[in-house]
Amino acid sequence: MDILPILSTLRRHKITAFLVIIEIALTCAIVCNAVFIINQRLDRMSMESGVDEHRMLHIQLADIGDTKDKKSRTLTDLAALREIPGVAEVSSVMQVPFGNSSSNSGIKLDPKQKLSTLNATMYSGENLVPAFGLQLVAGRDLQPDDFRDFDEVVRGAAAKDAKSLPHTVIITQNMANRLWPGQPALGKQIYLLDYPMTVVGVVKELIRPSIWDDSAKSYSMIFPMRMARGEYVIRTKTPEDRERVLAAALTKLKEINPHRVVLKKHTFDDMRHDFFQNDRAMAGLLIGVCVALLIVTALGIVGLGSFWVAQRRRQIGVRRALGATRSNILRYFQTENFLLATIGIGVGMVMAYGINLLLMVHYELPRLPGIYFPVGAVLLWIIGQLAVLGPAMRAAAVPPVVATRSV
Amino acid sequence: MFTYYLDLAMRSLRRNRMLTALMVVAIALGIGASMTTLTVLHVLSGDPLPGTSGTLFYPRIDPRDQDSYEEGKEPPYQVTWIDGMNMLHAKRADRQALMTGGSVPVQPAQSGLDPFYSDARYTSSDFFPMFRVPFLYGRPWSAEEDESKARVVVISRKLNEKLFGGKDSTGQTLRMKDTAFRVIGVLDEWRPNPHFYDVDTGKYAASEDVFVPLATSRDVRLEHDGSTDCWGTGGDEEHAETQPCVWLQFWVQLDSASKVAAYKEYLVHYSEEQRALGRFVRPVNVQLNGLMEWLDINKVVPGDVRLQTWLAFGFLLVCLVNTVGLMLAKFLRRAGELGVRRALGASKREVFMQLLIESGVIGLAGGLFGLLLAFFGLWLVRRQPSDYASLAHLDLTMLLATFVLAIGSTLLAGLLPAWRACQITPALQLKSQ
Repeated sequence: MDILPILSTLRRHKITAFLVIIEIALTCAIVCNAVFIINQRLDRMSMESGVDEHRMLHIQLADIGDTKDKKSRTLTDLAALREIPGVAEVSSVMQVPFGNSSSNSGIKLDPKQKLSTLNATMYSGENLVPAFGLQLVAGRDLQPDDFRDFDEVVRGAAAKDAKSLPHTVIITQNMANRLWPGQPALGKQIYLLDYPMTVVGVVKELIRPSIWDDSAKSYSMIFPMRMARGEYVIRTKTPEDRERVLAAALTKLKEINPHRVVLKKHTFDDMRHDFFQNDRAMAGLLIGVCVALLIVTALGIVGLGSFWVAQRRRQIGVRRALGATRSNILRYFQTENFLLATIGIGVGMVMAYGINLLLMVHYELPRLPGIYFPVGAVLLWIIGQLAVLGPAMRAAAVPPVVATRSV
Repeated sequence: MFTYYLDLAMRSLRRNRMLTALMVVAIALGIGASMTTLTVLHVLSGDPLPGTSGTLFYPRIDPRDQDSYEEGKEPPYQVTWIDGMNMLHAKRADRQALMTGGSVPVQPAQSGLDPFYSDARYTSSDFFPMFRVPFLYGRPWSAEEDESKARVVVISRKLNEKLFGGKDSTGQTLRMKDTAFRVIGVLDEWRPNPHFYDVDTGKYAASEDVFVPLATSRDVRLEHDGSTDCWGTGGDEEHAETQPCVWLQFWVQLDSASKVAAYKEYLVHYSEEQRALGRFVRPVNVQLNGLMEWLDINKVVPGDVRLQTWLAFGFLLVCLVNTVGLMLAKFLRRAGELGVRRALGASKREVFMQLLIESGVIGLAGGLFGLLLAFFGLWLVRRQPSDYASLAHLDLTMLLATFVLAIGSTLLAGLLPAWRACQITPALQLKSQ
């Protein structure tokens, strides 16, 4: 197909051609970035937590009055929960992944360091590793003689009594790699408030309860502290057991001590769902806008194409009368659209890159991967061709006899 | 002349229904999306206390130890109990309140209602007059009641309806955490947006249902919620009063610029005094931010909402480019008709006006339709789980803005096609026919 006549025609319709190019360029730029953000959000939503989500339940209770013997009450609760058929592991914990409320602390590698090396979250609770279903990749789980009562630790820290503090800790693989790149973490020490803790185990993954910086999402530590705060994690034998176990657990806990309120009761699947609700809403909105954008652009091409065809009916008739076949005419309009789309896509890619740079500065987004450019281009070419097909077919249907009629 | 042009516009729009519908739909989609996101942004970046916010300030000082000290960093976002109480009792501002968030177990007297946890605010007495909190029944507590740890409570209208059927409940007893409190006041509807006085307990959270004097909350050991930042050996919640932890918000009302300057000076003096006593070790670092400034510092408007607004305007731009193209096509197609009008004596200006009115009509239709879409969009936003979702309503300002934006942008889009159509040489058009 000879493109020179097309170019010369376009030169006579500069404004219209320019508008089509701009529309395609803007659409290309916005859709590329929007799809990129959608992908980011989808990635985030499928973030690995490290815990055995499909088999886990979370229950949080709060006492109505002041309870004195929290420790023994917790033991009673745990014993009762363990007896429920279908329960594999239970633990009384300080915080849970997707829980949105967290205790965090700065970590140093040397007590003389002025600034902390990184900030990590603190998990704790007896039997936490099996109850979370965590995967140990090195070392051992925390042993009973590692454990201290939480209240004891708080008092000890205030009194600067190192003996009442835990000495061991389990950290995640990501945290270990960040602290000691390329070296085994086992046996190494980290410092919390000037007190050394020895790394005795490394788990594959365990995300923080609240994530404000995705790059630090798996900086988690597990301390040997016994918790008695009425926050329980239950791991069931099978995912099907969950609903039944949850109902049974609540009944039992109420029976043991009715003078308390259930603040939270849910499966970890529900917690994950709630945790990423904003990402899901954002992704949904972006998908909606992208679809609307592509439709508007396609309709715009249809509208302008139809107008163009109507305007050039006479010329088309003349060409047909001079021997051009229907497919020649069809090909003409398709090539014309392809040319406009290509220029639009070219401009759009530059704009997409520019928008991405802005987003990198203001919204801490990573750089747009190169793969988006060819994929975006193909998508817009296809949409352009589909949109122009109708008007082009109508053009091809113009009979040669039109050339002989005036108006 | 205007009505005549309007009539011409209607005729022309009716002649090619598909094209007209296409333009109206494109404008409507763009306007609908922009107005939805713009309304959310407008609601979220609003002034929580119009008329009062200019006199409210959030003082900050730096009581932390030398660990992790870096020059030029902001002081902590909250205050310790000791500093809060010192500043509260110094009474250097027109009004001042020290507060923190929490949750309390409410034990209804009715047998039909199970005990439940309610969000609570523990605060000193100036909270109510300083933030102009409206009362439905009763009164706030006095400074004396605060000091004497009186077992008094002020509840929200919502909680009053739940517990007392909406009747005047002042003087009634409300049991919370196994302790009897006397209801002394019931608030009227009050929901400042954002939840400015404590952004850590939900930036757009509803105001709390239970209000208890700060000293009482410590005496009854009511649970504290929100952010707690400790340094050194801090962290013992049982003895939060003496801990090196910041966990309270302190607000002051300063009615004039000179008082603001004087208060800032007081903060410097206070910090120096504490340094001399050895309590503070860092160099003096004080901040006195106005309410709106404080919201900016805390970045209360979610980044996603801003991003959505940009996206919607990008979408509107595409829709407008689309409309420019379609209008251009439409106007140029009528070159013959316009040529006749020009030949019959209509000036370029008049033809231009006629075409602009036609684009205005499209803008109006697009705006109306876009408004419906915006209502639908806001309904979708309200179904989202975010804490600001329920706030997404169109107000009068945004309603007017919708039409200004719709008609304004369409007229703008109509300028180029109309100008282009005016350039038609009448003679050429007549000849070609």
